[in-house]
Amino acid sequence: MQNAVPLSWYLILSAILFGLGVAGFIYRRNIITVFMSIELMLNAVNLSFIAFSYALKRVDGHIFSFFVMVVAAAEAAVGLAIILTVFKNRETLMIDDVSSMKY
Amino acid sequence: MTALIFFIFAGIAVFCAINLVAQTHPIASALSLIGVMGSLAILYLQLGGEFIAAAQVIVYAGAIMVLFVFVIMLLNAGAEGTSLQVSQFAKYLGIVLLAAFLGLISFIIQSMLPRTEGVVFGAFQGGTALDVGRKLFTVYLLPFEVTSVLILIAIVGAIVLARKEI
Amino acid sequence: MDFIILSLIKAAVVAFVLLTALAYLQWIERKVIAHIQLRVGPYRVGPHGLLQPLADVVKLITKEGVIPSHVNKLFYLMAPWMAVVLALISIAVIPFGPQITVGPVTTWMQLTDLRIGILFVLAVSSIGVYGVALGGWASNNKYSLLGGLRSSAQMISYELPLGLAVASPLLLANTLSFREMVAYQDGFWLGFIPRWNVFPEILGFIVFLIAGFAETNRVPFDLPEAENELVAGFHTEYSSMKFAAFFMAEYANMVTVTAVATLLFLGGWLPPFPEPYSDFIPIAVFALGGLIAIYHGLNPARRMDKFTLPVTGLVFLGIAGLFGLSLLVPVLKTILMALFWFCAKVGILLFVFIWVRGTSPRFRYDQLMRFAWVGLFPISMLNLLATGLVVALSSK
Repeated sequence: MQNAVPLSWYLILSAILFGLGVAGFIYRRNIITVFMSIELMLNAVNLSFIAFSYALKRVDGHIFSFFVMVVAAAEAAVGLAIILTVFKNRETLMIDDVSSMKY
Repeated sequence: MTALIFFIFAGIAVFCAINLVAQTHPIASALSLIGVMGSLAILYLQLGGEFIAAAQVIVYAGAIMVLFVFVIMLLNAGAEGTSLQVSQFAKYLGIVLLAAFLGLISFIIQSMLPRTEGVVFGAFQGGTALDVGRKLFTVYLLPFEVTSVLILIAIVGAIVLARKEI
Repeated sequence: MDFIILSLIKAAVVAFVLLTALAYLQWIERKVIAHIQLRVGPYRVGPHGLLQPLADVVKLITKEGVIPSHVNKLFYLMAPWMAVVLALISIAVIPFGPQITVGPVTTWMQLTDLRIGILFVLAVSSIGVYGVALGGWASNNKYSLLGGLRSSAQMISYELPLGLAVASPLLLANTLSFREMVAYQDGFWLGFIPRWNVFPEILGFIVFLIAGFAETNRVPFDLPEAENELVAGFHTEYSSMKFAAFFMAEYANMVTVTAVATLLFLGGWLPPFPEPYSDFIPIAVFALGGLIAIYHGLNPARRMDKFTLPVTGLVFLGIAGLFGLSLLVPVLKTILMALFWFCAKVGILLFVFIWVRGTSPRFRYDQLMRFAWVGLFPISMLNLLATGLVVALSSK
């Protein structure tokens, strides 16, 4: 076949993006950047769903990916509202400084 | 041609993802995430998911990321300062271990996946809006209705959390 | 290889015509607003100010581009470029006419047809919000920031009624591509009423136009860039070519919104009367315009018009002759008739845009947002529900 791309490359790309999302989530201190790393992880998972949907020649992967997008939208809205409230009370966006419930 | 487009946009996606993690200013991270989403939309088009590609750009890159950008601008988030508590050795060791882990995962995926035919642009024609809509409103009707209730809950929750206390 | 060369030729033609049309759209706007306000508008540069856009382009290019020292350089330079590129990209899926056969080549009068053409236009307009938001934020200036944030909030709020108003003709036509949407509107009811989507969907058309006003930041929704409210809003700190880029992006967005409204609601390039009779309308319109211009040129009010009005009259009569000649050549007839009807409809909608700018006062920002969420959004949702009900009941 002319110039076909093996499916495993798409899955490897999805794994790399997911790994980078986890790295950002663990390493960064600004809460908004942590949130964006979560969105990166969700995007990587979407790519996996669409790739497998191509392999099985069914459209159900697309539909599940659509639901993931919807849930990500709801989560982003509520999460950013929580971030706004935390900022209003603590005046800081660094997660290290929101530590008043630590031992 | 398919391989060329895949490499270009996969490269852009990985570069933007590394940029997201490495940049200090949140706005730069947000724009890199938009770059990731755009290149992923192109990859979805290659895999035959035309409706999902359009939905990704309209919903994810065009609405959710606008929300992120608004919050960053409203809170006037500045660049992160250097933290004195994380040791540099741990940071570099982490990067090396991450690269090794991702290489191992890639090798496992490459060797485990059966030798099916590769991805050719245009081979999967079942991702049109017609097919997605048909499945969405017949087989997956209950999850669809539940997600609309979920969005309603999220709207009410966001408004309650973020409003001004009078 | 043929396909690539053909696409390049089409892209070059469309780009050239579009950029010239944008420059002269600005001339038309200034003249129409001036005449609404009982003055003349640009008059001195060339006959009746026709070379004014050229003078403006020369001025904007040769002006010194000042980059203030307090801005965030990367995003400051990126924002106008992003705005103008995204505004021009959505012209790629707009069809100007049907399939034509010029010599050995058979092609559509469209750069490319996507199966999800309408979603593509919506997607590009969603990303276009970033040009404005980043431009306002990168200028590091409270007026620009307020203007940029207000403008982007307005744009995303009005995207909802826009999308719902677009969904109603989609329910009727059952397709997302522009070509098939126009093909659905072919034909006539009772022999003389065209099957355009505006007749069942008049409410959707009005909602689409109002949301289009808000999407392109035009009066009465132009508070974010109002000169007397926010010191020119998000493009305060921009000068010369970058300002021209924002300006061009606004006019290109206007052209896109009116073109999409024509294709979705007004039947695209289809004539409003059955075929043999509608071929004489362009000839009649241009001939009438030419005769009126020549008649007024015989005893003109101003000395210059002794020369310009007869010339305009002769040009119009020449165009009428060209249309008449094209009735004999089928290929030319298809191209010219399709272009005439498409440009006439888009031109009428653009005139409505400019007319509203000269007439309406501006909304206050909270009134604007309230109108989107409490007014337009329920109306467009009810319209969609009613359309869906009718389609479901009538297709048993």
